[in-house]
Amino acid sequence: MSPRGQFVRLAERPGAEIHFTIDGTPATARAGDTVLTAILLNRPSLGASDFTPHDRAGFCLMGACQACWVHDAEGRRRRGCSTLIEPDMALFTKWMPPHG
Amino acid sequence: MVEPRLVVIGAGPAGVRAAATLARAGRPVVLIDENMRIGGQIYRQPPPGAERPPEALYGFEAAKAVSIHRALDGLQDRIDYRPETLVWNARDRVLDLNGPRGTERLVFDRLILATGATDRSIPFPGWTLPGVFSLGGAQIALKAQGCAIGRRVAFVGTGPLLPLVAYQYAKAGAEVVAVLDTSSFLTKLKAAPGLLTLPKLFAKGLYYLAQLKRRGIPIVEGVEGLAVEGATAPQAITWRHGTTGGRIECDAVGAGFGLRSETQLADLLGCAFAFDDLTRQWLPVKDAEGRASERHLYLAGDGAGIAGADAAELAGERVALTLLGDLGSRVDAGRIAMLDRGLARIQRFRRAIEAAFPFPHRFHASIPDTLTICRCEGVTAGDLRRQVDGREASEMNRLKAYSRLGMGRCQGRMCASAGTELLSHWRAAEVGAVGRLRGQAPVKPIPVAESSPGTMA
Amino acid sequence: MSERLTTDVAIIGGGTAGCAAALALRKRGLSVVLLDKGFCGAGASGVNFGGVRRQGRSFAELPLAARARPLWDRLPELVGEDGEFKATGHVKLARSEADMATLETYAQGAAEHGLDLKLIGPNAVRDAYPWLGPKVVGASLCADDGQANPRLVGPAFARAARRAGADIRELTRVESASFGGETFETVAAGGLRVESRWLINVAGAWAGKVAEWFGDPAPVATLAPNMAVTEPLPFFISRSIGVCGGDVYVRQVDRGNVVFGGGAGWGDIDLDRARPLAPTTETAMAKLIDMIPALKGAMVIRSWSGLDGEMPDHIPVIGPGLHHPRLLHAFGFSGHGFQLGPAVGEVLCELIVDGETSTDIKAFAIARFQ
Repeated sequence: MSPRGQFVRLAERPGAEIHFTIDGTPATARAGDTVLTAILLNRPSLGASDFTPHDRAGFCLMGACQACWVHDAEGRRRRGCSTLIEPDMALFTKWMPPHG
Repeated sequence: MVEPRLVVIGAGPAGVRAAATLARAGRPVVLIDENMRIGGQIYRQPPPGAERPPEALYGFEAAKAVSIHRALDGLQDRIDYRPETLVWNARDRVLDLNGPRGTERLVFDRLILATGATDRSIPFPGWTLPGVFSLGGAQIALKAQGCAIGRRVAFVGTGPLLPLVAYQYAKAGAEVVAVLDTSSFLTKLKAAPGLLTLPKLFAKGLYYLAQLKRRGIPIVEGVEGLAVEGATAPQAITWRHGTTGGRIECDAVGAGFGLRSETQLADLLGCAFAFDDLTRQWLPVKDAEGRASERHLYLAGDGAGIAGADAAELAGERVALTLLGDLGSRVDAGRIAMLDRGLARIQRFRRAIEAAFPFPHRFHASIPDTLTICRCEGVTAGDLRRQVDGREASEMNRLKAYSRLGMGRCQGRMCASAGTELLSHWRAAEVGAVGRLRGQAPVKPIPVAESSPGTMA
Repeated sequence: MSERLTTDVAIIGGGTAGCAAALALRKRGLSVVLLDKGFCGAGASGVNFGGVRRQGRSFAELPLAARARPLWDRLPELVGEDGEFKATGHVKLARSEADMATLETYAQGAAEHGLDLKLIGPNAVRDAYPWLGPKVVGASLCADDGQANPRLVGPAFARAARRAGADIRELTRVESASFGGETFETVAAGGLRVESRWLINVAGAWAGKVAEWFGDPAPVATLAPNMAVTEPLPFFISRSIGVCGGDVYVRQVDRGNVVFGGGAGWGDIDLDRARPLAPTTETAMAKLIDMIPALKGAMVIRSWSGLDGEMPDHIPVIGPGLHHPRLLHAFGFSGHGFQLGPAVGEVLCELIVDGETSTDIKAFAIARFQ
């Protein structure tokens, strides 16, 4: 069973359903959702933070706190609060070097 | 005559009014903004697919929001609008941009900085838990995304935004479990005469509070000792109130203690700064007409001191008229006088707001050593105290060099205020006497990339 | 208000070398007053790359660098903290056959100076460091070189010197210094006058000005390094890395941030300001990706610069002045003084207390610019 999302959608969203993955797990969102919203509707957090014991879930949602970065399959970093979710995005919360 | 290259940074109410004023005077202008659409944070427009009617999004402010959103209509041929573009560095007359086209350099002759503000934080136990958001962040989740930050939401902090966001959540159908204001009823009562200088704004504040009370939402004023319980997520919020205290279960918290100006670019451009005793912040110095200390630079809106959206609109237009006058254009003196009167009236109101909702800096004195201050680098209050006691850090940039406070991705946006308050507390020095963190490029992260940019004149 | 101090040794400049000298002199019983315009260790000592490296230095510097190397292991004992020093090794990369030939020639010469380097061929270099890009054709390893946190080392020497009894005055800008026949008089802003039997000029980028006050020729150019750092990433860059030509260098700290630099920023000693330059940072980024392709896309979160002094021949001036034997210079480290600093302090102390030093510093005489 997947964990509960942190966010709750209050306003109906007419847009298309969008399928994407987080760390390989399939998830859905709606057109107009940011990457941060898309993930937090499905999960309680955006993964571990670098140096505090708590997971991160973004904080300011306006591009200031820099706590919502994730990356895509090409290694391109995406700031969750300022990037729109797109169909078939493969998002990852923890970057790993390719050579172990 | 060669047309001067004019640039406005920031497309909130100040930047939009500034750009529109320049364009209407026949001047081409580049308007750069990090957001996808104009409006800034206050009048943020939802992304395509998430739109809702303005009345649902902006309430009483719908007409103002729509007016800003439409302010550039018909001026597109003179405004080179660059959304989703970060100005990551600035020096002399050159801006370094990072946007949809990658990195670019932009040369300018005169620049209006309308960089806005973000929430000001005070760390409290549990503030790094996922599910705790800034107050402004909670509002954006609702307005731009139609989402609540949780199922049972507590709002804490102080300032006019606190009852507003709580009201907006309740109205949208979210469960608001408590509104905890660090400002006491008595403090607000004392400020009431000043607040009445703008009766409509004052009345709106009362309306939000009445609506919250009508819904039976607990409102506690004068709270101390805020803490969020929970090992991996918020479970409850606790507080003290006089000799008693309280605890309410929640799974999300929106916290904000007023606003802080975004001043990094002004700093990189060499603007002089002065400490503002009223708000306990360092601000770029500007003259009465909006000129910065560097004569080719102008300042408007909350990025040059918090005054709110209405003032930002007036200041944006005002500073554009200053700039036009400096270029030798004829400007309407009557219009300038009207804008100045409006700004002066709001400034008086702002002083009352600061008196009614004072930044509760005393909270820093009771921060425990174990509490994380710098979220990016995981620097605790104890880590900071060791730099002061052991390494003799007496100034903010030394504290940063030793502890890594403010060295992370956010460049101190979330922690510099608390770090400064803590340093001044431990050193028994005035908060304005322990220095301020120097801005460093990139003001926000930019990717390691291969391409070398061209220069746009 | 004017204040007068009398001391055995006055030191202008609170970088690592100056603070290390103050510490060493106090241990030998001399009184010391050290003056810095800002905070100790906040200038070139504090903003450099953090390389603790012997490999690649001019052979003339190797005796001094060899003397410095064991001091880095002893930092906890010397100054009470380790400065985050780690002997990670330093790898110098070849990006062409010509580079590889240069590394081979250097390794032979270095061996004659007692520095053992290990040459690594094209296949072995990829086996050892699989994250290197295809342009790398070989390397030279100095396994016992390392890296440290420059923000911590200089201030640690300053505090140790103060604990040992040195009178360290920060935020005290020196305005003039002169020789009165018997003693030196150094005047600082605010009216402080320091009378001293010895004067040490370790004023970094400003040292040329101090030297001029005494008629010593010192063609010191301003050097502003251009440094940047990425977000924290999982640790994988196991060595400190440089290249033939020196146009880019990189290391990863334990916490995961990747520190890189290369090229020049902007600096002005009269304004006392330095800034990294965006085009320089972008060029360094491109070279970084060539060297370590996995870093493409990583977020750069900060960049910085500072002010150092550079000599025309890229090696420092260390030793007495031409006209005043009790005036000692140590400056012009040309962007690579961090590793040397602790040893420079000892050498300066020996020159004062013993009249000579056991370390070969002949090549650093200021007379070479006469």
